[in-house]
Parts: sequence; C-alpha cells; structure tokens
Amino acid sequence: MLLWLLMLLPLAGAALVAISPKESAKLVALGTTLVAVAVNLVALFEFDFADAGAYQMASSVDWIEPLGITLSLGVDSVSLMLISLTSLLGPICVLSSFSAITERIKTYFIWLLVLQTAMTGVFAARDLIVFYICFEFTLVPMYILISLYGSTNRAKAATKFFLYTFTGSLIALAGLVYVAWYNATQMAPTAGFESGQWSFDIDTLAVAARSMTAFEQGWVLLALLAGFAVKVPLFPVHTWLPLAHTEAPTAGSVILAGVLLKLGTYAIFRFVLPFVPDAVAEYAPLIAGLSIVGILYAGLICWVQTDVKKLVAYSSVSHLGFCVLGLVALNSTGLNGSVLYMINHGLSTGALFLLIGMIYERYHTRSMRELGGLAAKMPVWATFMVFFAMASVGLPGLNGFVGEFMCMMAAFQADSSWARAGAMGMTEGRLGPWFALVAGTGVIVAAIYILYMVGKVCFGPLREPDQHGHGDHHDEHALPVDLNAREIVTLLPLAVGCLVLGLFPTPLLDALEAPVAQVTAIYQGESDGPDGVLEKFEVVPAGSDSHQDDHHGESHASAAPVAGSTLEEATR
Amino acid sequence: MIEKLAYLWPEITLFAGTCLVMLLGLSPNAAIRKTCLLVTLGTLALGGILGSNTPSNPDAILPDLIPFGKGMIASVGIILVLLMSGVVDREEEDAIAAGRTSFNPLRTTRAEFYAFILFSLTGLMLTTTADSLIWLFLALELTSLPTYVMVTISTRNTRSQEAGIKYFFLGALGAAIFLYGFALLYGGTGTTKLAELHEVFASGEGVNSISIAGLVLSIIGVSFKIAAVPMHFYTADVYQGASSSVSAFLAFVPKTAGFITLMLLLGAVGWDGGLPEPVRVLLWTVAVLTMTIGNVLALLQGSVKRILAYSSIAHSGYMLVGLIAGPGDGSFTENGLAAVLLYLLAYGITNAGTFAVLASLERRAREGGHEEIDSVEDLFGLCKTHPGLGWTMVLCAGSLLGLPPLLGFFAKLPLFTSAISAGEITLVVILGLNSAIAAFYYLRLMGAALLKDPDALAEPVSHVPFPTRSLAGVLAAGGVVSLSVFVGSLMDATGDAATLGDPGESSSSVEPAEMRPETDLPEAAVTLNDR
Repeated sequence: MLLWLLMLLPLAGAALVAISPKESAKLVALGTTLVAVAVNLVALFEFDFADAGAYQMASSVDWIEPLGITLSLGVDSVSLMLISLTSLLGPICVLSSFSAITERIKTYFIWLLVLQTAMTGVFAARDLIVFYICFEFTLVPMYILISLYGSTNRAKAATKFFLYTFTGSLIALAGLVYVAWYNATQMAPTAGFESGQWSFDIDTLAVAARSMTAFEQGWVLLALLAGFAVKVPLFPVHTWLPLAHTEAPTAGSVILAGVLLKLGTYAIFRFVLPFVPDAVAEYAPLIAGLSIVGILYAGLICWVQTDVKKLVAYSSVSHLGFCVLGLVALNSTGLNGSVLYMINHGLSTGALFLLIGMIYERYHTRSMRELGGLAAKMPVWATFMVFFAMASVGLPGLNGFVGEFMCMMAAFQADSSWARAGAMGMTEGRLGPWFALVAGTGVIVAAIYILYMVGKVCFGPLREPDQHGHGDHHDEHALPVDLNAREIVTLLPLAVGCLVLGLFPTPLLDALEAPVAQVTAIYQGESDGPDGVLEKFEVVPAGSDSHQDDHHGESHASAAPVAGSTLEEATR
Repeated sequence: MIEKLAYLWPEITLFAGTCLVMLLGLSPNAAIRKTCLLVTLGTLALGGILGSNTPSNPDAILPDLIPFGKGMIASVGIILVLLMSGVVDREEEDAIAAGRTSFNPLRTTRAEFYAFILFSLTGLMLTTTADSLIWLFLALELTSLPTYVMVTISTRNTRSQEAGIKYFFLGALGAAIFLYGFALLYGGTGTTKLAELHEVFASGEGVNSISIAGLVLSIIGVSFKIAAVPMHFYTADVYQGASSSVSAFLAFVPKTAGFITLMLLLGAVGWDGGLPEPVRVLLWTVAVLTMTIGNVLALLQGSVKRILAYSSIAHSGYMLVGLIAGPGDGSFTENGLAAVLLYLLAYGITNAGTFAVLASLERRAREGGHEEIDSVEDLFGLCKTHPGLGWTMVLCAGSLLGLPPLLGFFAKLPLFTSAISAGEITLVVILGLNSAIAAFYYLRLMGAALLKDPDALAEPVSHVPFPTRSLAGVLAAGGVVSLSVFVGSLMDATGDAATLGDPGESSSSVEPAEMRPETDLPEAAVTLNDR
C-alpha cells in the first residue's frame, strides 16, 4: 500500500495544483513532494534490509486478465534506492523552479508531479506492462516540460528526445512481448501452469527467458538494447541527450540526468541481465566497447565545449558509460558499483545542472566565453560548484569516486583467463585489464574538462556578459548577487548526500548486496549450485592450459571473497 | 430461410427507422423535421440493444461476431451521428435564422442525410451476418452507396463534389474488382456459400489457380474499402473534400465493412492450417506497404484532414497484421482477429474524437459564410481557447499514436502478441517502426493543441452551433481514457466474437480428421529422408 501511496501521491498533488489558484501552485507542489519524501522515509524504515533481495511491500491487483496483466508493485533494495533518489529530487526540482518559471506556472508543476509518478512507477513495477506504461509515459511530461519551458531550440530538442526514445522502446516492447510469448507457449508445461496463459510477471518471465536458445536471446538482447540503450544513452544513440539537456529548463535537466537516464541502466539491470544471460555474456565485450567509446568520445567533446550546460550534458554520456561498463562486467563489484554510480550521478550531476541554472537565471548565458572568475562575486555558488565538480570527477572521499572506481575495477577483474588460472581477485568475465585501462583514461579526460570548466568559470579575472548591469532584466532585483537561502536549501541535501555516500558507502553497498547477488549468480555460478553462463566460454589461458578444469571450482571459491575484500578496500 | 430473421432484427429495426426518418423528412413542418436526429439516435440505440442480444449463428464462420459486431457498430454509430448533426443545409438554416428567407420544405435535405447514415449502417450490420458471397457483396454496396452521396452533399463546396465523383468512380472500380473476384471464387469452387467454401477449401479441392485468383482479386477490391495500398489513392482527397464529420464516418464505416468481409472471406478459405501461401504473401506485402506509405505520406501533410486520412491508411496496415496472424489457437493473446476487432473499436472511437474537434470548430470565411478548420495552425493553442476540444485532440491523437495508458496502446498490444505468436516477428518490428514514424505527426497535432500559442493574426476559430458535435468529441475522449481501464472485458468480448466456428459440422465432421494425416505426410517423409 505504501508504494501505491508513494506513486499516486504526486498525481494527487498534480490534481490539487490544477484546482488551486496560480499563486499557490508552487507551494502545493512543494508540499506534495515533501510529503512524498516523508512517505519515502517511512518506506525506508518499513523495508527489511536483512531480506533486501526479496520483493517487499508487494501488492498485486488483476487488471487485464486476457493478457495476464496485473497491477503489481514491489521493491527490492535497488528499486527502493532509486525511488528514494526520485523522491529526494522532487522537492529540489520544485524549489529550483520557484523563480525560474514565470509563465504557465500551473502547467509546469502539474507535469513535474505527473513525471514523478511515472518515474516512481517504473522502479516499483513488478509487471512488465505496468513498467512499460510508466517507462513510456515519462516521455510525455518531459516532452511538454522541454517544449514549453526550454530555451531557444526547444521544439527540435523535445521532438528529437521523444522520437528517439519512443522508437527504441517500441522495439523493446516487441522483444518483451516475445519473451512473454515464449513463457506462455514454450515454457508453460514445465513451469506448471496452464499452457497458453500469458503472464507479464517480471520474475516469471526472467526464469522463462533464460531457457531461450542463444539465437533467440541474441535477438531479444538486440531489441531490448534498442529501447534501453537509447535511454541510457549509449554511444552511438546518444545524440538526443546533449540537445535535450541543453534546451530543457533547469529542473527538467536535473530530472533527466538524475532519474530518467537511470531508467535505461535500471532496465538493463532488471531485464537485460537476468533475461538473456547467454547473449549478454556473448556480447559483453561489444557493449563494453561501446560504453568505453562513449566515455572517451563524450569526454573529448566536453573538452571543447564552451556552453557549460552542454559540457555537463556530455559528461553525463561519459559517466553513464562507466555505469554500463560496470553492468556488463557481470560480477558483484561491477553491479554494485554500477547501481551505486546511478545514485551518485543523480546527486552530483543533478546539482551541477542546478548550479548552472542559477547562473543562467542571473546572467542569461551559459557560455564560458562570457563568464569567468565568478568566485570573487559569488563565493557561496563557487564553493558549491567546486564541491560538486569534484564529486562528479571522482575525487576520493566524495561519492563519484566509489562507483567509478568499482566499475573500472570490475572491468579489470572480469577476465576468465586470469580467473581460471587462479589469479587473485579475478572473476569470470570477458573484459579484462585492457578494458579498465582504456576506460581509466576517461577519468583523466574527465578531470581535464571539469577542472578546465571550473577554472574558467569560477576563477581567474571576473568576466560578465556585456549586457549585464544595464538593468534590462526584470528579475534582477529578485535574485541577490550570490545564492539566496532557497537556492542553498536546494543544494544542501545533495551536498550532504555526496559527502555521506563518499565517506560511508558501505551501508548502501550492503543493502544492494542481495539483489545484485541474485543477478551475478546467473553469470558467476554459485559455489554449490549450477555453473554460471560465463564458464561456458572458452578462453585463451593466461597460464598453463592443461589444468583449466581443475582450477574451475577453486578459482571460484577464491575469487568471491577476494573480490569482496578488494571492494572493501576500495570503499574505504 | 425464415430462421435467418432471428439474426436480422437489428437490421430490420434500422431499416424501419430509415423509412420513418425519410417520411418525417418530407413533412412541411420544420419542427417535425427537427426530430429526425432524435429518431435516428433512438433507432440506433434500439438496434444496438437488439444487436447485442442477437443469438450467435453456429453455422457462420465467426459465430459470435454477429452480436459483438452489431453492438459495436451501433455504439460507434451513435457517436458518429452526434458528430454529423447539422452537416447539410447550414446556409439555408442561417438564412432562415437571419430572417432572409422562410422555411421551404423543398430546399432542405437533412432528413435524407440521416436516412443515408442509417442505410449505410444497416449495410454494415448486414456484413456481420453475411453467409454467402452474394450477401457480402450486397451488404458492402449498401454500406458504400449512401456514402458517395453523403460525401457529395456534405458541403456546398465544389471540392466536395470533386471528392464525391472520385470516391464514386474508384468505389465502382473497387466493387467491380471484388465482384469479379467473387465470381472467380464461385467458378473455382462451385459455391457462393461461405460455409461450403470452407469445406471445399478445407478438403483441398478448392485450392486451384482460379479460386486463388478470385481470392486475390477480392482482397484487392476490398482493400478499397479499408483504404489499403494499392487502392488508397482516393483517401486523402476524399477525406479533405468531404466535411469533417463525414470524413469521420468514412474512416470507420467502410473500413469496418472491409475488415469484416476479409475476416469472413479468409475464415472461409483458410486458417485451419494457415492461409494459402499466395494470399499470405499478398496480405503481408499489402500490410507493409500500407502502413509505410500511409505513415510516410502523413508526415508531409499540412492539412489535419489529410494527416488523418493518411494515418487512416496506416491504421489499416496495422490491422492487416492482425489478419495475417489469424486466429491462432483461439486464446485471446494469439487471436489476431480479436485484435483487429478491438483495434477497429478503438480506432472508430478515437478517430471520431479527432474529427469531432475539426467538425466542432469553424471560422468566418472571406467570401461570407463559414469554413471548416483544416490546417495544423488552426489547432494552435486549442487547449487554452477551447479546453474541452483541445484536450479531446490531445487524448485522441495520443491514443492513435498508441501512447500508454490510453486505449490505443491496449489495442496495439494484442496485435503485437498475436503476430509474435504467429511467428511474424519481422512484421511486428515493421509495425513498431511505423508507430514510431507516426509519432512525428501525432506529436505535431498534440503539440499544436497543447503547447503552441494561438495564432494572433488569424481569424479566431469559434464553435459551430451544433453542440452535439462537441458532445461526440467529449464522449470519444472519455472513452479513450475510461475504456483503457476496462479493456480486459472488451478483450474478452472481442476474443469470443473472433472465435472460429465449425461451419457445416453436421456434413463434414470427419473430413478434417481424414485430411490431417495426408497433409502431414510429405513433411514426415522429408524428415525421414533427412535422417
């Protein structure tokens, strides 16, 4: 019930905004999102972290029986953490829009709240069709927010955003329906229920999908990636993102970077990895290759940007590349790190977009040519900027570091040839040190462009746009030179989050352990259970080739604890 | 013969209503003539109630199609009639209202217009009951003939007359082609009864080059009714030339007639073991071409009616996918025919909603009088200026796009499931990509109403003085939202309606059993040889 409340609360808030007078719209929206945060806190307390891998607070209502669609919700710890991120960003987005949105205020807050409902639904859904409905429906509010409240090129950006993601997800739907068909017709006799009875329950389908042939899995993987890779976005289907980010209003960018991109990685974690393990293991090097290309390519593009917002937008492409790299490393370090990185990226990049929005409200420009040395004029803003830039670039002690490091480390470890040769800390996998090494250069590029941007905008001689100071902006008197209390309040929770997750990530990682272990078991095998799919792959042995089979069990037994301990080292 | 009357009471009701409307329309009293709309609606309501309670016909190809089809036709028909109130005689009535002239019984034709609507719907209902090729042909023509007149008299524009002429001649061509096809079918099989055709084809005797040629011609001819490639050329011109209300009628009624005909025809010739291969290839090609050409051409249009016309072509292509999938094993998820019926219902309601927005608005024409709105710019800012109509446009365009959680999405989902069950995965991907192309122009419509500011320079649009048209729009929009909640029971109903019967079971119950081993034999031989 709690999940239903959490999901429908913003929708009720949207209805309330619709009937309340224009002046109080933002207060109603703020109130709704704060109540949602409170409900979310209750949900966090209710959640039994000892049993984090199981779906909790589940509820299910039959909906469309001929297709076997049920309205069912439930969360494991991964879903719950992403829902918490969504709820946390809710009031922050509302607060950040108080002065930025001056026209069509009610419409704005209505769609912002509707968007929150859809996003919560994506993470809470236990039925594929409910997931898909919410996944698709996020497009509508975002489309409206960008095309009504965006900057100059907004119509093109909104349309491109909608068409890219809509096209992809229709193909993903074909893949998902194929899995449901497979479950109903090819699996049903063995699964013990009436043949021909369709179901869209995610767990049922995951079990069924794994018994598809490698050929079928390959095509389903392609279909699912067509939908989800666009959302992430993975190179080469990332081109909608910089445009959408740049043109969106500040709160839109925050949600886009904070939550919407995570819908893609979450869907990969929830559907792609458990559904088609054979195909994922087969194509992991290819997907990892694409994410590394994305990391470096987007990073290099960032380097030459003069538009601050575009720079942060491209850095999202680069960062999400790490996230996908961690996912396809297919070991516990990678999946843990990747989920952690989803949350971290939401906090730090969301904050960067907020900061840029604050500058834009004051100067009406985002060009690095026109802005410079703002630290002298806006010390509080500059402090936050440096802090979040460091968090984003992965300074140890702040949150970005942990996830990024774990993702690269996971790619390094994921090398079957070393693992089978008994090397310490290596796991079954098809990536290996080279992948980590190349991805690592992305971190250097990231440091270069972020520091370059911070150096230009915050430090050096003061530069302000020419027209500024002529008094032609009516909202100038409304905003002080430096940040006001409201703006600081929007940034503080994110800053605290970055710091806490940077210094003490272990509780969160522990919470994520159980659901992640369920997925890794498919790939890495269990000590006393069936072998993981990765062990099917022949490798060119790194050491001697004669004792490969003997080493199997042993390398497994040793790999898991060692991976765990290096992980702990990393997180300290 | 007399027992067939049991299935025909709704048609008889409609026909009686038609006669009543025509008689009332002759009255010299203006007040009595005004009752025509109410009589029409009442007739349809009665026909719908009788229709949904019609017994199913165990000898038909689709036994339960009769009650469902008639109920669906009457309910969408009511929305369409509401939408078509006041189509003809607008100038005459304006003149009377302004006192320029007085009521002249000889100069108004609205009652005849309502009679045409009822005639056409009677024909449509008759297609669901059809049990022979002759019946099918007559029912199809009864559906179509009134629409030629309706298009022509719907406005006083020469454009409508041009549209009417085009529609009539191409329609006659289409009718000739499928009549020729029916004749060849009769020549190849020796029967016109659908149930007997079914037996002949099931026994394998019927599959010869003459009957296949007949089938191909019939399908091509009927593709005129459903506006499918290669018989789609008239669509955009006719929809644009006719008044918006009549276009809504054209997009639902002939299309439904065509699809029901195809279902009955294909049900007669195939589906126990799939369709005959040439027919399947033909339908596959037609489906792919239809949706692709429809969607791509819709992208290029500036007129809303032309956009909707090309999208109507594309939707026919989607529904053909369900037809190719066939009834599967009979469960709803695998039953492409049920998906087609559900899609027809959803499309009929949604499409009526979009056309209702156009039909409810007008602007003062430069040469005096009123002109219908037609360009995308006319929709700008509709959610602000006319919130009810604006949101109707947004919801209906969203539903046509297949955006969850609106009705259109749930109508498209069974097309996906049935086509995948039938192994038509390529077709599903093409369908998905086409829906994505369609997103572009539906977004334009939604965006125009929701996001743009009203065009300050243009003459503002205003409501037409026929509130029932807006009512039709609001009903449609309400249906698009609320039916998606109860779509499960709709799916049950369409699933039942599209369950293949066992026509002529008394005479040929042994035959299929005998046939099975024979058809399996070559396959078995092949597998043996392989070993």
